[in-house]
Amino acid sequence: MSVNRRDFLKLAGVTGCSLLAGAPRRSEAAMTSIEFYGMLIDTTKCIGCRSCEEACNEQNGLPKPEVSFSSESVFETKRDTSPGAFTVLNRFSNGKNPDNPVFVRRQCLHCCQPACASACLTRAMQKTVEGPVIYNKDRCMGCRYCMIACPFDIPKFEYSSPLPYIRKCIFCYDRLKAGERPACVEACPEGASIFGTRRELLEIARTRIYENPDRYVHRIYGEHEVGGTGTMYLSAVPFEELGFRNDVGTTPYPEHTTGFLYGVPLVFVLWPSILIGLSYLAENGNKERNHEEEE
Amino acid sequence: MKRKSNDTGRARKALHAVREFARFLASEMKPKGKIWTPFNVISGTIIVVGIALIAIRFYLGLGAVTNLSQEYPWGIWIGFDVITGVAFAGGAYVLTFVVHIMKFEKYEPIVRVTVLNGFLAYVFYAGALLLDLGRPWNVVNPIIGNAFGLSSVLFLVAWHFLLYMICEFIEFSPAVAEWLNWEKARRVVAKMTTGAVIFGITLSTLHQSGLGALFLLAPAKIHPLWYSVYIPVLFFVSSIFAGLSMVIIESTFTHKVFHDKIGKTLRANHDEILLGLAKGCIGALFAYLFLKVIELVHGGHWDLLATPMGYWYLVEIVGFVALPIFLFGTAIRKRSVRLVQFTSFFTALGVILNRLNVSVIAFKWYAPVRYYPSWIEIWVTLTVICMELWVFRWVVNRMPVFTEHPEAAKVEEEIIPVAEVVRWKYSGS
Ligand code: SF4
Ligand code: SF4
Repeated sequence: MSVNRRDFLKLAGVTGCSLLAGAPRRSEAAMTSIEFYGMLIDTTKCIGCRSCEEACNEQNGLPKPEVSFSSESVFETKRDTSPGAFTVLNRFSNGKNPDNPVFVRRQCLHCCQPACASACLTRAMQKTVEGPVIYNKDRCMGCRYCMIACPFDIPKFEYSSPLPYIRKCIFCYDRLKAGERPACVEACPEGASIFGTRRELLEIARTRIYENPDRYVHRIYGEHEVGGTGTMYLSAVPFEELGFRNDVGTTPYPEHTTGFLYGVPLVFVLWPSILIGLSYLAENGNKERNHEEEE
Repeated sequence: MKRKSNDTGRARKALHAVREFARFLASEMKPKGKIWTPFNVISGTIIVVGIALIAIRFYLGLGAVTNLSQEYPWGIWIGFDVITGVAFAGGAYVLTFVVHIMKFEKYEPIVRVTVLNGFLAYVFYAGALLLDLGRPWNVVNPIIGNAFGLSSVLFLVAWHFLLYMICEFIEFSPAVAEWLNWEKARRVVAKMTTGAVIFGITLSTLHQSGLGALFLLAPAKIHPLWYSVYIPVLFFVSSIFAGLSMVIIESTFTHKVFHDKIGKTLRANHDEILLGLAKGCIGALFAYLFLKVIELVHGGHWDLLATPMGYWYLVEIVGFVALPIFLFGTAIRKRSVRLVQFTSFFTALGVILNRLNVSVIAFKWYAPVRYYPSWIEIWVTLTVICMELWVFRWVVNRMPVFTEHPEAAKVEEEIIPVAEVVRWKYSGS
């Protein structure tokens, strides 16, 4: 076999009109990547000071919250990110050690193959070669398909605005390009969030687990989830107790639609020819029938 | 000198023609028939209020008029208007396939009205998408801009909507040409029909299934009984009986409302046609049921059937897929057109249920706060439907929708009497 399935399909894709058909593509970033940058959040080190929230608020020019960043009252409910807060800290009770609650930061995970970017029909959501998943507001048409697709429900929509945008963490992309670390990492007094390339961070995470086998659950959230994410977590208690989803699988999300998209050019090639053939047959059939009837 | 006067003469003639045409259009714009009918009053009120609500929506944003939330980014404007509306518009590609490709001439008399309905459904229901977009003016971005999201199923669906609308317009345009009395243009567009049909069927296959494929990206958010890799195929197959049952429903109504516009061929064969369509429905329903069972076995979620969502799932499958198969079967055996019409309503209801299940009800079935539409969302949906009906009526009252072009009709065995032709051309309703 010299032509494997994928090559054949590719060939078919080129034959079919690829513009109309669309083409399943890995994000360009995933193919040409130097090495993605990411973030490792060690929840065992976080003290719940909310410095990251404050830094994020300032960095992105978000509206000042009603409750000040030094207040702990926000922990009474579980909060979600919103158009006005790209990262939020939640407090979870610790089954292992009740005196020591766990704080977990929630924000975009900057997936290696992001669902949001593969969903976006205008390429407003984009995976950059550096790793961050950024948002180009001038292209967005507000269809909110990215919200449907994101397994972690991160993109948020400005429902109360007549000129709405999608809002989410973009990993301080401008700072990154200027050689700086994200504002939240910079602000963390405990080193609970650290910045680095994904490879380095995975090494650090594994070393920590290896050296403190009793302190951590032996899993890095984001290492394999949805094909790997840029922001990863370490924890002392099972992740499902901290509000993490365990059902997102390890398949990169864009692959859920590749099967369909591969089929598209095939239909474009096969259908018209089948239809023309059928119509020809039917016409002849009709003619013959008429002929017989006349006789 | 002479040439100049010739030129001015020609210009004057052209001007005259344009003026005549404008006058003709203006006269055609006037409503025909009674104005103060109950239907007009009710639908008129819905539309006027609806337009005001749409204005508020654009002035204050989506949050002010809808129950959409960060948890539920898509509500009934997408789940019902666009996704269900497009499924119901499927009748056009199925019938053009049957008539133009398979050459079943029996169905010829209802092709035009079905294509018209399909076209208007796309314009209005797919068009309702614009109400739901946060920045509708950017809808052109994936069409003309440098912003091609090639890996997005939605990109594909958007393009196909646009192209399919063009195809359907070409398929319908002979009727427009006849209305305007543009004989040459009619010949030209009539020649393009087959091409448009073939392209149209291909596009329909892809975007009907594409609407299902949109949800492939939400595996962890849709209840496992509804999520499967088969969604695209299921959407495609169900669009066949969705479309056909809608054709039956429409013809039930149009037969009553536009009785005097309907040509003899159609009137004589109406019952036969409906029974034939019912057979088509059964076939598609059966294939669908089969796929659903395979999917259930494949997914292996038997245990979930004994949960509330499972019962709901069974209602959809047993009540709105299996039962219609039985009812259609009985109707065909007894040759009962009534039962065919009733079952079509039932089937259509099942399609609505299925599309809403996938896009809204089984979507985030675990969420603590569920989405249900606001009254404004429902009102605006009704507005869109009423507007479509108005335009439909306007077209039917003016263009030869239920009868073939007299020239073409002559070729058929049943020649429509000239008086009849004259009547539909010049009568008001
Ligand atoms: S977490 Fe969601 S928003 Fe962030 S990159 Fe992944 S899919 Fe996109
Ligand atoms: S809402 Fe904007 S960013 Fe999200 S998928 Fe639609 S166009 Fe892309």
